[in-house]
Amino acid sequence: MEYKDYYEILGLKKNAPQDGVKRAYRKLARKYHPDVSKEADAEVKFKEVGEAYEVLKDPEKREAYDQLGENWKAGQDGFQPPPDWEQNFDFGGGGYTQGNAEDYSSFFEDLFGGDRASSGRYHRSGGPSGGFQAKGENVRAKIMIDLEDSLNGTKQSVKMAIPEINEQGQIVSKHRTLSIKIPKGIKEGQTIRLSKQGNPGHGGGEPGDLLIEVAFNPHKLYNINEKDISLNVPVAPWEATLGAKIKVPTPDGKKMDMKIPPDSQQGRKLRLKGKGLPGKNAGDFYVVLQITLPPSSNPKVKEYNEKMRDEIDFNPRSYLF
Amino acid sequence: MSTNVINIISGSILEEEPTLNLAELCQCCQTPAEFIIRLVDQGVIAPLEGESTRQWRFHQSAQIRTHKALRLRQDLGINLSGVALSLELLDEIDNLKKELNQLKHIAQNQLFD
Repeated sequence: MEYKDYYEILGLKKNAPQDGVKRAYRKLARKYHPDVSKEADAEVKFKEVGEAYEVLKDPEKREAYDQLGENWKAGQDGFQPPPDWEQNFDFGGGGYTQGNAEDYSSFFEDLFGGDRASSGRYHRSGGPSGGFQAKGENVRAKIMIDLEDSLNGTKQSVKMAIPEINEQGQIVSKHRTLSIKIPKGIKEGQTIRLSKQGNPGHGGGEPGDLLIEVAFNPHKLYNINEKDISLNVPVAPWEATLGAKIKVPTPDGKKMDMKIPPDSQQGRKLRLKGKGLPGKNAGDFYVVLQITLPPSSNPKVKEYNEKMRDEIDFNPRSYLF
Repeated sequence: MSTNVINIISGSILEEEPTLNLAELCQCCQTPAEFIIRLVDQGVIAPLEGESTRQWRFHQSAQIRTHKALRLRQDLGINLSGVALSLELLDEIDNLKKELNQLKHIAQNQLFD
């Protein structure tokens, strides 16, 4: 098993006072709480911090852990605690005071035992695990998808570690790869519910659901806001002034003719209704005009602009004075 | 640990499923009605319609929010008004990030030119 430096996890020195441990834990728990942090590995970090605190907050466990640390050789992968290490300490089968077996690393379990019958803490939806028959807990996960996945409703593989109960009634961590069909038109922040793919039920109850929160990877062309998609499209100054017919790429991968009305100012938004994310209330597709100047190094450009300056009476700043 | 591959599963969009009444929301979140009522009192979740608690209907997203509130309270030891404040601030951060991303998108295209 791999040795875990609980002091390092909590950012503490070996001689940190007991209330320093509590302070460090509280601060990190707030930082890494999966409902607060946006970091992808927040849940893992949150559990690590909880595990470190579980040991270091208890002076007896801390002492035992400290003793062990002296026997630890850096760079050694296969860590084994000395055979008699827990003789002086009374942990055998004691387990930890709160929390869920699957929340703790094998390192922790080998040292302090695991109370596998304890009720859930993090993944659990809350509520009692007692009673004769109960629905399993819902399991949460997050995935990042591309705009195209939502447009087309494509498949996505999701890997996750899910606690399951084996024949001996123990909770074991099972790695599951799920192939999920992304519901067409799903938007950022929505949740995919896979019913009965959560934790197994208790006493023959139904399994819980798997709830997957969806976020979008940034797209190189399109910006997505709720169900609307927008695209910045450069236009020449004369196209904006005189009006024009241009081609624009639409999110579904096609090209579309678009009419730019005359006298279109910078940033004008042209709407294509219903061409955003699909669904019952389909979103819209917006083309945002970006007036782009041709370089004055081109003598023709210079000539025409000089002519405009000299011959056209136009003061764009008249409203300032 | 073992690996287990399962065939393609089609899910549903939770937010588009039918609304929940108080009893259904309690059941999804495995929490007593009193807790839900306190969340409504704090403005953490709000029923879509219904004058009395018996007639309340909740959007599915209330389920996700109730879970968050339960976890924040349990894991960080925050009281309910603290939970309400945290969730509001988290929402605001989300909105600001969205706005920032949009502005970045515009700025990036202008730099391109």
